[in-house]
Amino acid sequence: MGESQYSFSLTTFSPSGKLVQIEYALNAVNQGATSLGIKATNGVVIATEKKVRSTLVDDTTLQRISLLTPNIGVAYSGMGPDSRVLVRKARKQAQAYYRVYKEHIPVAQLCRETAAVMQEFTQSGGVRPFGVSLLMAGYDENGPQLYQIDPSGSFFAWKASAMGKNMVNAKTFLEKRYAEDMELEDAVHTALLTLKEGFEGQISSSNIEVGIIGEDQVFRLLTPSEVADYLEEVE
Amino acid sequence: MSIFEYNGAAIIAMAGKNCVAIGSDLRFGVQFQTLATDYQKIYKIHDHLYLGLAGLGTDAQTLSQRFVFKHNLYKLREERNIKPSTFGEMVSSTLYEKRFGPYFCSPVIAGLEEAKDGTWQPYLCGMDTIGAIEKAHDFMVAGTAPDSLSGMCESTWKPDMEPDELFETLSQCLLSGVDRDALSGWGGIVNVITKDQVITRTLKGRMD
Repeated sequence: MGESQYSFSLTTFSPSGKLVQIEYALNAVNQGATSLGIKATNGVVIATEKKVRSTLVDDTTLQRISLLTPNIGVAYSGMGPDSRVLVRKARKQAQAYYRVYKEHIPVAQLCRETAAVMQEFTQSGGVRPFGVSLLMAGYDENGPQLYQIDPSGSFFAWKASAMGKNMVNAKTFLEKRYAEDMELEDAVHTALLTLKEGFEGQISSSNIEVGIIGEDQVFRLLTPSEVADYLEEVE
Repeated sequence: MSIFEYNGAAIIAMAGKNCVAIGSDLRFGVQFQTLATDYQKIYKIHDHLYLGLAGLGTDAQTLSQRFVFKHNLYKLREERNIKPSTFGEMVSSTLYEKRFGPYFCSPVIAGLEEAKDGTWQPYLCGMDTIGAIEKAHDFMVAGTAPDSLSGMCESTWKPDMEPDELFETLSQCLLSGVDRDALSGWGGIVNVITKDQVITRTLKGRMD
């Protein structure tokens, strides 16, 4: 534990210039369930594993993709409880924006605001960084958009991205399969194929979650029966 | 005496075909004493958006500065100019924030907004001091002579006027309107906003 002496305050630099707590947070993300997203020409899809520890858990009550505004959804990899804090703050910021301008917050704005919250938790006293990375998918006047936000508070716009346990393989797979002119339907197929590739056990409509947003600019979760239909198509 | 009639103002905004115009008188006074005759009540927010503030002069200055400030931050955050309709809602919420100690101003907003089909459509709205929005498709007035101004507008405005005709109509409404009001007048200024230019003309009126 060479760096542990610099863990007395969670937000203090180590001599090598690292904030070890951020690296630990990234480790938490990399151990979390795989999430991935693909931006298509006419929409965005985000998909995530929904693994339960025991067969006794009622998996119909679990949600790993949340709605922030009618046109923005978010998926997480990492610690579930941490993600809920961020979802709550993001929703509140979206509503604060709506109250002033009477229009929905642009995806880029909400992403920046959420990233700012995550950054704050790497610099404030008495707190630890969030153990989650977020994939934010939305569609607004600037078209379909996909953002990833990391515990450090840095964020990037992606054409396709993956995070969590199977990130490396999933990204390689996406790099091979991604096409600039892909439409939403194809993107859903590719997303499911990518998830399936690194899936431990049998993939089914009850252990994954898929959210899509198309040109109607309404983000929605696919129902288990829709997911089952898509899964059949990729088989 | 109402605080809204302390300095005096007359503001008209009018919609035309793919253009919009906003004009005001030039008098600044304290009750019946005229102090300046080159006092504009119209503030530019950006190339396609103008704001008129009638009412107490001091509050109008503060408000105009706050809106320029807010728009500067908006531009930095969102890397675009604010849409007139969005700006209207922002002005409304800014005013309502001071619900129980309001700015003594009634704003008029005139701007051009790009529609889905690529044309530039006029956006017009007015508000009371606490930000209750009144949208209009034809014209909007504010100031110390609202009755005579809206009377003139009602009888001369017609749909789909071109920029030149719009300027002429608005100018006549303004000049005739302020003749019936002691607190506004002394000439006027009119901005006609089109997609690629803003034409600003100063009017000479009755200087008494």
